[in-house]
Amino acid sequence: MSRTSMTSLQRIQTTLGHQEPDRVPLLLLFTIYGARELQVPIQEYCSRADYIVEGQYRLVEKFRSDCLFNFCYAATEIEAWGGSTIFREDGPPNAGPPIITDVAQIRSLQPPRIAEATGLQRVLEVTRGLAERNRGERLLIGVVIAPFSLPVLQLGFERYLNLMFEQPELLEQLLRVNEHFCIEWANAQIEAGAGAICFFNPLASTTMVAPDYYQRVGHPSTLRCLAQIKGATAIHLAAGRCMPIIDLLASTSASVLGVSAEEDLAVLKRLAAGRIALVGNLNGIEMRRWTPAEVEAQVKRAIAAAAPGGGFVLSDNHGEIPFQVPEEVLHNLADAVERWGTYPLEWLRDEP
Amino acid sequence: MSITTDTEATFAAFVDALLAMDRLAVRQLLTPFQGVERRMEAIERLVVPALEQIGWRWEEGELSLAQVYMSGRICEELVEELLPAAPTERPDQPTLGLAILEDHHMLGKRMVAAVLRAGGYRFHDYGQVDVERLVALVLQDRIDVLLVSVLMLPSALRVAELMHQLAQLNQRPRVVVGGAPFRLDAQLWQEVGADAMGRSAADVLHLLHGAARRSA
Repeated sequence: MSRTSMTSLQRIQTTLGHQEPDRVPLLLLFTIYGARELQVPIQEYCSRADYIVEGQYRLVEKFRSDCLFNFCYAATEIEAWGGSTIFREDGPPNAGPPIITDVAQIRSLQPPRIAEATGLQRVLEVTRGLAERNRGERLLIGVVIAPFSLPVLQLGFERYLNLMFEQPELLEQLLRVNEHFCIEWANAQIEAGAGAICFFNPLASTTMVAPDYYQRVGHPSTLRCLAQIKGATAIHLAAGRCMPIIDLLASTSASVLGVSAEEDLAVLKRLAAGRIALVGNLNGIEMRRWTPAEVEAQVKRAIAAAAPGGGFVLSDNHGEIPFQVPEEVLHNLADAVERWGTYPLEWLRDEP
Repeated sequence: MSITTDTEATFAAFVDALLAMDRLAVRQLLTPFQGVERRMEAIERLVVPALEQIGWRWEEGELSLAQVYMSGRICEELVEELLPAAPTERPDQPTLGLAILEDHHMLGKRMVAAVLRAGGYRFHDYGQVDVERLVALVLQDRIDVLLVSVLMLPSALRVAELMHQLAQLNQRPRVVVGGAPFRLDAQLWQEVGADAMGRSAADVLHLLHGAARRSA
């Protein structure tokens, strides 16, 4: 395959195979940003599959992103469990009150049925719509919240932390119920046309729980899920640190790992090289105020640290381009990737 | 082995016990500080520096949020249980307000509350409020230092409006912000006009040290 003739999908597949494609792939993960593009309120945008499909297409073409994303907001999953979503006009929707008000409810908790969940059906409709327009040109990414992270929404963060350390047997029971749902939900998205599943697991990060705790409690759940998801997977820790557990994560069947702006990307690349590709690690919060020179410097930094040899996809570090990031920054990002991310990375030879 | 109250070994054991979530060991280490008069000694020598160290180690990536949360919670529980407060404790402490600004994530504020209680501070807990309500509460309670917790970027940006409205008051409080957006963008607290930023819940103890009380 010629380096100059790659589609977005080929570009990503090549780098995930730890080879150098024509240029560093760029993943701009747009969620509610499409509402801005279509000039409709966020809640209205998120409620209509046709808006989301149109928003995704306009954005990836406008900003030359190499992937499509069927994800709009995390609380979609919690709606399926009987919860609610709180929308705001200028940012991501939040989950409403916890669905588990008494931990004893965990003993009789049943996973929701995907066919009966309006929000999940809308995501599947988005997935089918994107897949139909895509015709295999770009990677279409679906998302599941990991069973180890979903309890933050099911219980509230504080009660989940208390459950972890005070009632581990109930947590184990909750993980099993969540796993059942997670696997079914991931496979439904693959069946609808998703080319890969992002296993969104912020609680696995060592920013959140100690490495030994994750290894003992969270990781077995991760392994059980990944083994039953019938497609390619990526693990994303939502800007959390991963270095102390990178060996664990690299030894799973996942092809990609989302990494944090708070860790040294070059060190992460050395640790992961040839085993799991990295995606990251532009700081999405700072990005809001980056000048063209800062964009260029950040893109060059990330490419220099992780792009040689492939196995790297440039993206933000949280898994979502914030609503407040100006379009100019995104155009500058795309330009900088074209300029500095085209292989072979000869400019690196002249760098100090 | 006898337990001494002022050695590095005791302090190290206290930190270790917190990180191990060993309530029994924490209880044993606090027990020698019996009596109202020794409460502040325990707080200043063990609790505050331990929580500060744990917070700092979290910022450095050495510890997890779960360990920070549980440490604060254990200290909060045991200090209140074992070391009853004197009515005149910290008589010069500033009048404190603590709030979540237009956000639905409670954990950050909960962690700051635990640290404040463990550190012997009293405060007004305003829960989850919008800008207008918070300004009214600040005025009503004559707040000296306002602690604002957020998780979402749009909420962090609302601090600019909060500062604008507080500036209209005759005497506005010192405003300390904290939460993920401020940690991930080190310039954000200045951009929105806050007076200081806490990188972890325990930072608040350092930031409050020597904070002036507004004259009555």
